[in-house]
Amino acid sequence: MSASPANPPEQTTAEATALLEVRSVGKRFGSTQVLKNISLDIASGEFLTLLGESGSGKTTLLRLIAGFEQPSAGEIWMGGERLDILPPYKRPVNTVFQNYALFPHLSARDNVAYGLRVKGTPASETSSRVEEALSLVKMQGFAASRPSQLSGGQQQRIALARALVNRPQLLLLDEPLSALDANLRKQMQSELKALQREIGITFLFVTHDQEEAMALSDRIALLRDGALEQIAWPREIYARPATAYTAQFIGQTNLLRGEIRGSIATCGALRWPLEEADGPVIFSLRPEAIRLSADGKRQASEVKFRAVIRQQLYGGSSETLEVDCGNGQMLRVRIPACGPLAGEREFVFSISDAIRVKE
Amino acid sequence: MYSRTYKSLVSIPPLFWVGAFLLLPYALMFAHSLWAVREGVIVHEWNWSNYKILFANPLYAQVLFRTMRIAASVTLCSLLLGYPLAYYLAFHAGARKELLYQLVIVPLWVSYLVRGYAWKTILGSEGVLNGFLQYLHLRHEPVGFFLYSPFAVVLMLTHIYTPFVFLPIYAALEHIPRPLLEASQDLGASSLQTFRRVILPLSMPGLLAGATFAFVLSLGDFLAPILVGGPSGTMIANVVESLFGAAFDWPLGAAISVGILVITISLLLLSEFLEKRWAFK
Repeated sequence: MSASPANPPEQTTAEATALLEVRSVGKRFGSTQVLKNISLDIASGEFLTLLGESGSGKTTLLRLIAGFEQPSAGEIWMGGERLDILPPYKRPVNTVFQNYALFPHLSARDNVAYGLRVKGTPASETSSRVEEALSLVKMQGFAASRPSQLSGGQQQRIALARALVNRPQLLLLDEPLSALDANLRKQMQSELKALQREIGITFLFVTHDQEEAMALSDRIALLRDGALEQIAWPREIYARPATAYTAQFIGQTNLLRGEIRGSIATCGALRWPLEEADGPVIFSLRPEAIRLSADGKRQASEVKFRAVIRQQLYGGSSETLEVDCGNGQMLRVRIPACGPLAGEREFVFSISDAIRVKE
Repeated sequence: MYSRTYKSLVSIPPLFWVGAFLLLPYALMFAHSLWAVREGVIVHEWNWSNYKILFANPLYAQVLFRTMRIAASVTLCSLLLGYPLAYYLAFHAGARKELLYQLVIVPLWVSYLVRGYAWKTILGSEGVLNGFLQYLHLRHEPVGFFLYSPFAVVLMLTHIYTPFVFLPIYAALEHIPRPLLEASQDLGASSLQTFRRVILPLSMPGLLAGATFAFVLSLGDFLAPILVGGPSGTMIANVVESLFGAAFDWPLGAAISVGILVITISLLLLSEFLEKRWAFK
């Protein structure tokens, strides 16, 4: 397995050992352009997530790589071989389908053995690899069950084992956790991540759930209307979103629209010095970047403002406030749980936390 | 919840129907099979002699075997026609699917008799097929075995029952979730392997239902042998018909009918058993 640290800096991952290269791929269905000029490298051993709303093209991209659809433009390469001209059954990739697509007439064991059998693997090797795969997903006890006798989570594990037993170079996962309830989902997320570290297979994971993407991925590729909006490792994409869309899609944020004039940024009631060219501007300011101001001297690197608390939402370990900075300019503020607050208060944030983003 | 009275009230019509039009006639038929005919009158003397005749006279066994052979041939031929047709419609017909489906169904609206006479016109010695062969100078004499032969019966019954075979198979194929086919390909199976390992097993209940239709319906058919069968194409239902008609031996006819009924019910039970084995949730 190639080294894949938990939070790899973006630059060093893809280029060195690209396993899969998506080159200027486009896809249209009739008159609808579903994917627009997507270029993307996946490093060997990486956990890359395609994140996006429904209709953003993430599943289509996955299906192009699996071979269920043909690209209208561009090429897909894998390990020095052109992939997009091969039929699906000749590609060294396997897929975990959204609704698992387990064969209803086969037992869990026969489902897992399917890929090995159709390739004519000797029976003894097949059975030992199947047992190994079942134990990897902790399903040895259910080998004889039909899919209809298994719960959603168990079917999920069998689907995973059925794909992994073939030792694919790349595993494609199409929203595999979306059918599970919240608790099971969290548990499966953690198991999936541990599994990926253990076996070192490259994962390409599709989800619309940004929290899931953040928790699991080495890198996130955010798709928007068929185009690649931003690709970066989770901490980077959260801390330095390139666009207003990314900032809003990944976590919650306050978008401050305003302008810079004479090295002063003005967004409604908020003003701070900024050495940049004049013009309209958008900033993303995360709710947790804003704090209640402890009385004291204002730092040069900080912005202080007074605002009226309109709403307080208690969230266990934290509180979310909706505050009015005047003229109806509302900001969302997240602070550690502190008991009921009311009235006008003074808030503060660092200038460096206001991230300038593109429209 | 429905009240008890309501439940027993709504169950009266179907119970009446089954009793009056199914159980009672079968009981009468079974009773007849145990009676006898003496001097042109049916006498109520209870005995098994009719069944003894069936086993003693080889003619009946011979016709029964021919009937089963014809029914089996019809089943096989309509499966060979119906399955590929259903497969094409379910997976490859695309936009033409609706039209083709209607075209398969339309012949069911045409009377059985009309289709029977159409085959007479096609297969006869002055018929369309022979005329065509002579026109092409492939034959100088008309081919005799086209009409009034077991071949003609198989041909006509295949034509009539193929839609019945097609429909359940088509329904079964349509119900196969398409992601299963993608999963199969994804796991490295070629189209042929996908067919053998996924599509065929999952369509087995439909195939079984279609085959049962074709076999059971052919087994009891008596019009096709009358129209296009000739003496060599006589089937067991024709024997029953003549025993109830010209020969006026209702008891013997009833005994044969009971025999056919037993065969039919056994087949239905077998098919139901197999279908349960192959049924997947």
